[in-house]
Amino acid sequence: MKLFSWRFLRVWQRNRDVFFKLWHSEAPGFLAEPIIILLAMGFGLGAYVGLIDGQKYIEFIAPGIIASYAMFSASFECTYGSFVRMEYQKTYDAIITTPLNVEDIIAGEIFWGATRSLMTGTVILAIAAAFQLVHSPWAALIPIVSLLEGIMFASIAILFTSIVPAIYSFNYYFTLFITPMFFFSGVFFPLSSFPEIVQTLSWIVPLTPVVRLIRALVNGDIQLDLLWSLSLIIVLAAVFFSISMITMRRRLTV
Amino acid sequence: MVTIKTQNLTKKFKDLLAVDDVNLEVEEGECFGLLGPNGAGKTSLIRMITAVSPPTKGDIWVQGNNLRTHSRQVKAILGVVPQLDNLDPDLTVLQNLTTFARYFDIPKDEAHRRSTEILRLFELTNKSNSRIRELSGGMKRRLLLARGLINMPKILILDEPTIGLDPQAKYLVWHKLTELKSQGVTQLLCTQNMEEAATLCDRVAIMHQGKILSLDAPSRLITKYVGNEVWEIELNSEERGKIVEELESHRFDFDDDGSKIHIFHIESDESIRGAVNFPETLRRRPATLEDVFLRLTGRSLSE
Repeated sequence: MKLFSWRFLRVWQRNRDVFFKLWHSEAPGFLAEPIIILLAMGFGLGAYVGLIDGQKYIEFIAPGIIASYAMFSASFECTYGSFVRMEYQKTYDAIITTPLNVEDIIAGEIFWGATRSLMTGTVILAIAAAFQLVHSPWAALIPIVSLLEGIMFASIAILFTSIVPAIYSFNYYFTLFITPMFFFSGVFFPLSSFPEIVQTLSWIVPLTPVVRLIRALVNGDIQLDLLWSLSLIIVLAAVFFSISMITMRRRLTV
Repeated sequence: MVTIKTQNLTKKFKDLLAVDDVNLEVEEGECFGLLGPNGAGKTSLIRMITAVSPPTKGDIWVQGNNLRTHSRQVKAILGVVPQLDNLDPDLTVLQNLTTFARYFDIPKDEAHRRSTEILRLFELTNKSNSRIRELSGGMKRRLLLARGLINMPKILILDEPTIGLDPQAKYLVWHKLTELKSQGVTQLLCTQNMEEAATLCDRVAIMHQGKILSLDAPSRLITKYVGNEVWEIELNSEERGKIVEELESHRFDFDDDGSKIHIFHIESDESIRGAVNFPETLRRRPATLEDVFLRLTGRSLSE
């Protein structure tokens, strides 16, 4: 594996410029949808759901919504977004003839995807706070967690992007990986309500530690075993980041 | 002085030898043409020289830097004009240039100054704020060339820079390339347009099936492979057999492509008229690089 250099920043800047030019077309996805889900599920379904761990339903799901939509942001950015840049717009082909190398481009894409997670996570956190769903100053650390989460999911997404033959393949990614995580990582229901086998599975999918960490920060429920969740995120991020560098180099430099 | 040098350069794909042991030396300040039919290996060669694709075997040096170890330094002095449009459709015309300048670490003010200047040179100023999809094919090509100049490259690598252009746009591009050459910019020009190669290039290499078949100044290639003048005869099959026989028996250098007979290396009118009884359909024309190309790479489709 070759290392990336600070030049990744150039790709990050390019994506940032494009995003802020077109952000209004992205807003429904990263802004409106989570608010709708939070309010619809929280107030609608919440009216029929008893207290969970002494919390109202909307309070229970708010941290999970932050984690999930941060995940969606990085995932969409580094699957459909990156694939379109790579295959349809040939943006990578153009950049690769400048002093940037493949690794710089991919690191730029991943860090941009992570920045999307950071922005989404922070915005939803602010909205949740406005609805008085945030109960602890520890929540100030959530943007950092969203960023780490973003690096992890962007890396996994880029890895998948580096091996897919066509853009339709992302249906598998979302239907079989992202959406199940949305439902089985403790976002909407406590993990303890699932059968044993689902509980075991949910502990190895990457969204679970993020939900747990963010929920603890929102509630100020700080325990030592959160370090385990944090380490898991960091290790998964590092592993997938490294592998995606290798698989992308293989795809791009034939 | 040699500015691009390749040694035993080889590119192998699964079951295809795209570039086969190529040794090239491009001199500083020259326009070096790379000609060849589709699938000859030109694009693979260009991709290796621009550090996009790693060689299977062999080495490349650009201004003394080995590409394997100094690809960033080399790419910083290259301007690359690709065959396919890879302009950034998410950005405006001007932003395409300023963003590209940023990849080369050109400071913001300087990038803006250069970009507006280059747009003016390529007559694209009034399109500065247009989206890429609003540009015509000719404008996109001009912008691609403009973008390739943003880092003021010492070496310009052009892959079919005038393909699909109308004559006006083509001449504008040729004019710019000639100007750049007079400013000392080395050019490696990949083309299938023989007129382009003959007009712009100091030397051309004719490539076929991954190998360089011949390399020289266009005029010398013409003299060597076809002579100064070509005679063409169009015949029905009966007459054809007779003429071909006569040409063969007098050891004239000719090609029979099935519809026309082309006769090359004609030393004098008398020598040939004395030997062969030509019909009225004889046509005489000056020899071109295209004759050389077809003689060397064959008349059949190569892929």
